[in-house]
Amino acid sequence: MVLASLALLAAAGPWLPQWAMFIVTIAFARGLVALGLLLLLRAGLVSFGQALFYCLGAYAAGAIGRFFGVSDIFIEMLVGGTVAALVAFVLGFLLARYRGIFFGLLSLALSMILYGLLVKTEALGSTDGFNIAPSTLFGVRPPPDWVRYSVLLSAAAVASLCALVVHRYLHTPMGRLAPAIKDNEIRVEYMGASARKAVHVTYVIAGALAGIGGALAATAVGHIDPDMAYWTTSGEFIFITILAGTGSVAAPFVGALLYGSIHTLAYGLSPNTWQMSLGLALLMLIVFLPEGLWSLATRHARHS
Amino acid sequence: MPAILDARGLCKRFGAVTAAQEVSAAIEKDSVVGLIGTNGAGKTTFINMITGYLKPDAGSITYEGRDITPLAPREVTRLGICRSFQIPQLYSSLSVRDNMLVGLGIVLANAGHGGFFSRGRIWETRPVPGYGEPAARVAEHILARFGLAEYRDRNAQVLPGGVRKLLDIALTMVARPRVLLLDEPTSGVSAQEKFGIMQMVLDVVRAEGTTVLFVEHDMEVVSRFAQRVLAFYDGRIIADAKPEVALADPEVRRHVVGRLKAAHA
Amino acid sequence: MDGAIYSAWLFIAALGLTLIYGVMKIVNVTHGSFYAIGAYAAASLTAAWLARGFPPMLSYAVLVVAAIVVAAPFAILIERVILRFMYTKDEVVILLATYALFLILEDVIKLIWGVDPYFIAEPYALLGSFQVADMAYPTYNLLLVAAALVFGGGLAWLLHSTRAGKLLLAVIHDPEISRAMGVNVGRYYLATFALGSLLAALAGAFTAPTVSVVPGLGVDVIVLSFAVVVIGGLGSLPGAALGAVIVGIVRSLSVHYLPQLELFVIYFVMAAVLAVRPRGLFSLAEPRKI
Repeated sequence: MVLASLALLAAAGPWLPQWAMFIVTIAFARGLVALGLLLLLRAGLVSFGQALFYCLGAYAAGAIGRFFGVSDIFIEMLVGGTVAALVAFVLGFLLARYRGIFFGLLSLALSMILYGLLVKTEALGSTDGFNIAPSTLFGVRPPPDWVRYSVLLSAAAVASLCALVVHRYLHTPMGRLAPAIKDNEIRVEYMGASARKAVHVTYVIAGALAGIGGALAATAVGHIDPDMAYWTTSGEFIFITILAGTGSVAAPFVGALLYGSIHTLAYGLSPNTWQMSLGLALLMLIVFLPEGLWSLATRHARHS
Repeated sequence: MPAILDARGLCKRFGAVTAAQEVSAAIEKDSVVGLIGTNGAGKTTFINMITGYLKPDAGSITYEGRDITPLAPREVTRLGICRSFQIPQLYSSLSVRDNMLVGLGIVLANAGHGGFFSRGRIWETRPVPGYGEPAARVAEHILARFGLAEYRDRNAQVLPGGVRKLLDIALTMVARPRVLLLDEPTSGVSAQEKFGIMQMVLDVVRAEGTTVLFVEHDMEVVSRFAQRVLAFYDGRIIADAKPEVALADPEVRRHVVGRLKAAHA
Repeated sequence: MDGAIYSAWLFIAALGLTLIYGVMKIVNVTHGSFYAIGAYAAASLTAAWLARGFPPMLSYAVLVVAAIVVAAPFAILIERVILRFMYTKDEVVILLATYALFLILEDVIKLIWGVDPYFIAEPYALLGSFQVADMAYPTYNLLLVAAALVFGGGLAWLLHSTRAGKLLLAVIHDPEISRAMGVNVGRYYLATFALGSLLAALAGAFTAPTVSVVPGLGVDVIVLSFAVVVIGGLGSLPGAALGAVIVGIVRSLSVHYLPQLELFVIYFVMAAVLAVRPRGLFSLAEPRKI
């Protein structure tokens, strides 16, 4: 069913208006980050700093264009994902030892560190960031009218591939460890597995996905700046993940599309109340819709 | 008979509380040992130290000739020592069957299968090391032997108390331990069911040739099933003998059983 | 000197956050909203006060009163209508709820006060400056330090010397047992949330004369307050003071020697503390699990 809708998307693509193509592409980008958050959420962890990898992916993609003249979209995404994965690998040694609010705050701090660094880095444009040239596809530079469409197709292809890989992963013994870690880490350790190592692996995957998403977003928007690492960006990703729920690997993308549409619509209607609408929606979700919040709700009820 | 597990001079203090003072015990292979003592006497601390959850302040623990004192619980489990818990430690959001599959998945993963690139049908096709059958079948077998087959699709959270205990013990068997530490396996179970449950558990467990240590407060269960008793009091082992001898010991009577007169049959 | 002012400001800003966490175990994102509300209320009402020709020297009182009077209803409303029902949920879920409220309040602020900047320099300029080693130093900044001492000292006195304060300490240790002993925990939670939010609002009010009050004012403060509170220890009042001092010093040093690292360094310290002592520099023991 998912494949069918993707095929439909690909076929209908060229006839969609440019703004719609943009929204869908950004949805794929954000959806990738949310997919990573889904994996972490299954293990009971909420990262308040996925924007770190999103931003890293974007800057990496931009850097290879700016300093090395590379502009192929798939290479951009590959580089973005790889750089993010490497950083996640290093940070994971630290982060995988924490849970709950400390995991969240530490991930937040790390993303703010990147923000702080980028804001003061002249070579990368400081607070203004820099622009990124339209990407090429396998060495071919698409004509201006087809740029958005080719980006969209590439996004759909990469996102589908990632979703498929994650879907497979969820059924492997390692993948099945996540809900166990969330429920009872002590039992996991006593069964002979390292919860820390499993969390580390999950964090690296989530980081890589966010990096790919960041690279995609960079080329879709055409501009990169340090705000991509700011905590409010991480907040958006969390919002999307909650909206989507953890039911399936397609959910994050649907959630991202919904979020993007609401964002654009609400902002268009009334620029001074769109945040409020979002906030209200989030509150409603938290209070009334355990479905989307199913994972969080079953973590463990607080001691009152 | 050679000792499969040898604890020597274990000491552990938590601030002003001494949980273990020079605790030493050599456990023979294939034996069934009962650990008795009042709450806080040091039985669970003893188990926690053997399994690596706590590090002793002094002393050593040797398993099959190898020093396991500094190892973490997961390493101790991988070597062949598993434990059940006073309060059943289950995966509350998963079904009974899935609880077992997580454990079997870990066995697979530790053996090098089931990594990131494994095939999806691994649960139905790949034989689990030590069992010769795929995980799905093994789970069914273990559940059946513990009488849990009918609960296989029930969520672990909603199981009745005795069933939770059994699942907790079933989960410890997944890794095919050579030494099994059962922490109060019959607590929370009604008096009539205690013997039945203990018999079933020991039948399943002993069929694999496993050495068993079990913590128990019911002296009748201890007399019936233990070949040897270690009595704990105030962090020390005050008696180490066959059940009838240990339970008749005046020190044990005073500090553990609670009455100086002869115990009823 | 600069470091001391910045630390004082950080301390006032973070005090409310750590109080709320300490008592209710909630990471409160609306903290930034109350900071902004305090700033806006102070700015707008003080501007009105001065425009009517009332005595400028009393504008300091107006700052304080405005912040309290405007922020209090918001705090009470939020706690009674929304937070009260969430105390049994997971702490991350509650955090997300406060994040949702923060988003809502951001726009509510825009709706009430508009998007144009407010600027009231009078309270700041009025006190003039004094000489410190041939540099003119704004006297207003001393007010900030004084306020920090008053709030910190006041809160400490409240907790340790009054009956209500001692009961609050009991609630901090164990709400369940406190409830069983007849303490109206719900009322203490309301009082705590209100007090914590008012402190945030006052921090905003004191800052208002020194900056241009614009939408988004609270956004940076949130994460900076987090940093201070985490470093000192979530829920610890002396910790908030220590955290504020450390961050102030670190920032001063960085601004003087390595300006490029200014922001980075604060969050680096936060990450470092989280890595080494997650419970902060003032921490408590943990109970046994199995």
